[in-house]
Amino acid sequence: MVAVPSDTALASGTDEAPRSLAQRIWTPIRRNPTIFAGALLLTILVSLAILAPWISPDPLKQNTINRLRPPSEKFWFGTDQFGRDNFARTLHGARVSLIVGITVAAISAVIGLALGILCGYFRRVDAIVMRIMDGIMAIPSILLAIALITLTRPGLGIVIVAIVIPEVPRVVRVVRSVVLSIRAQPYIESAIAGGTKGFKLLVRHILPNTLAPLIVQATFICAAGMLIEAGLSFLGAGVPLEIPSWGNIIAQGRSFFLRAPWCIFIPGAFLALTVLAVNLLGDGLRDRLDPRLARRM
Amino acid sequence: MTAYIIRRLFATLPVMAVVTVFVFFLLRLAPGDPAAIIAGDDATAADLEAVRAKLGLNLPIHEQFGLWIWRLAQGDLGVSIFSDLPVTRLIAQRVEPTLALTLSTLFVAVSLAIPVGVIAAWQARKLADRAVMVFAVLGFAIPGFLAAYILIWIFAVKLQLLPVQGYRPIGQGFWPFVEGLILPSIALGVTYMALIARITRASMLEVLSQDYIRTANSKGLATKRVLLLHALKNAAVPIVTVIGIGIALLISGVVITETVFNIPGLGRLTVDAVLKHDYPIVQGLIMVFAAAKVLVNLMIDISYAFLDPRIRY
Repeated sequence: MVAVPSDTALASGTDEAPRSLAQRIWTPIRRNPTIFAGALLLTILVSLAILAPWISPDPLKQNTINRLRPPSEKFWFGTDQFGRDNFARTLHGARVSLIVGITVAAISAVIGLALGILCGYFRRVDAIVMRIMDGIMAIPSILLAIALITLTRPGLGIVIVAIVIPEVPRVVRVVRSVVLSIRAQPYIESAIAGGTKGFKLLVRHILPNTLAPLIVQATFICAAGMLIEAGLSFLGAGVPLEIPSWGNIIAQGRSFFLRAPWCIFIPGAFLALTVLAVNLLGDGLRDRLDPRLARRM
Repeated sequence: MTAYIIRRLFATLPVMAVVTVFVFFLLRLAPGDPAAIIAGDDATAADLEAVRAKLGLNLPIHEQFGLWIWRLAQGDLGVSIFSDLPVTRLIAQRVEPTLALTLSTLFVAVSLAIPVGVIAAWQARKLADRAVMVFAVLGFAIPGFLAAYILIWIFAVKLQLLPVQGYRPIGQGFWPFVEGLILPSIALGVTYMALIARITRASMLEVLSQDYIRTANSKGLATKRVLLLHALKNAAVPIVTVIGIGIALLISGVVITETVFNIPGLGRLTVDAVLKHDYPIVQGLIMVFAAAKVLVNLMIDISYAFLDPRIRY
């Protein structure tokens, strides 16, 4: 696709006085229904995840008398094949999903930002790094994660690493294209002519312009990360079984689907809601911070 | 044109080279001792040595690399740790169901999503458009396995219209073959459809705002003619791009969809290999899937030249 000149952050605040990034994020949350809905939903889910140990019973406590009970007043979300409380397991699963999503987004953003800036600045690095990124992007992300997991012992850390690697190239591409287009702007030329040195130029002019698309990209990576983690756990190649993640709960419910469909539908619905919330937030922020991209979708 | 195609063809070589090198180093640089993981917890020293020999890990690294490239050039993807069968044969045995599933999903998704996107753009900001956009947003959020289980619950368990799971090769009759693919194709295609519908709508909206469309409308051409002949044709490049990009979604989704519906394709092969830590199979599958993806991208690139004669790189 043709690279469109990016004046993202500059164009976003035309209707009001220049503001800090924090203001540019908080003001639309109050005004934009999409962002508001996403933020509200996410706040509820995050609160449930944080409060899980206090508002729900022990997610690991087995009670064989109460195997595969349907949702009731005593067990809101039913029980699984070991008689464990699904309400507790689903709430604790929220913690795993959110931790994975946020960590993956943060790490990919930092690595991608660093590589993207290097690529935008140094032509030799660019040629090499972008070829590597093209290669990584040619490998389907879940397969790349699976390959790494085949070679290591299961754990939350390795799952995060396995999801980060295929996501990094997406960030690098976005950051690189922003850096390249900003560097071609006349005001950068004049800043250089005015004697602004390399590092100051980077911090004062280049970095701020990468932030908006970076944040938007990070929200989508957060959503993708949660979906991939659930997929990996569902396949038995994700976080260890003793950690109640949504993917694990669903994987264990597979053999009992016809008898106890709630073991799949309830954690599945929570996963979909969480991804929906993050996507809504991302869509809203993109419309707000990155109008160029918004027009394309 | 020929020069363009040849140039694009050569551009795929560095990508596949990177994939090849990446896959090679993944095994060598993985944290811990991959051979010990692959051999399993109760492996003896002799077992471990056997696994190392099979993976070629006992040779100096440059010889390992040379061997990996040399064998690859001959179409040799190594031997499965557990079954001792050549990986290429294992993959060849499983290609058909995956190809059937992917192609039927591609067909279902494209033939549903493009009309839906056109209607949404034509009815912009009206009820039909809103409905499509809600579907598109939900389609991005719903995980493939959830869509699969919802479909199974409704159409196989409650209505009993379609089989719960399983796959029949086309050799056993056309209807049993189609019957087994309907639910998996929809489940696999949900996100893909959302993506195509959304980009079709956006691309159509952009074209519909152009002057020549107003001219076509004002000289009294039928709406259908304007939409399909004038607008859709000009909106095609981004749509084709997304259809191509989305194939990656299908390839990733195949692994999960085949597991839910118990389809004995490449996805199942992947999952079985992971659970047994049979790395040569996983490595072979990465090469095959990456090559498939690169090939699709190549076809998309070439199709641009046909869709938009202005494009000459």
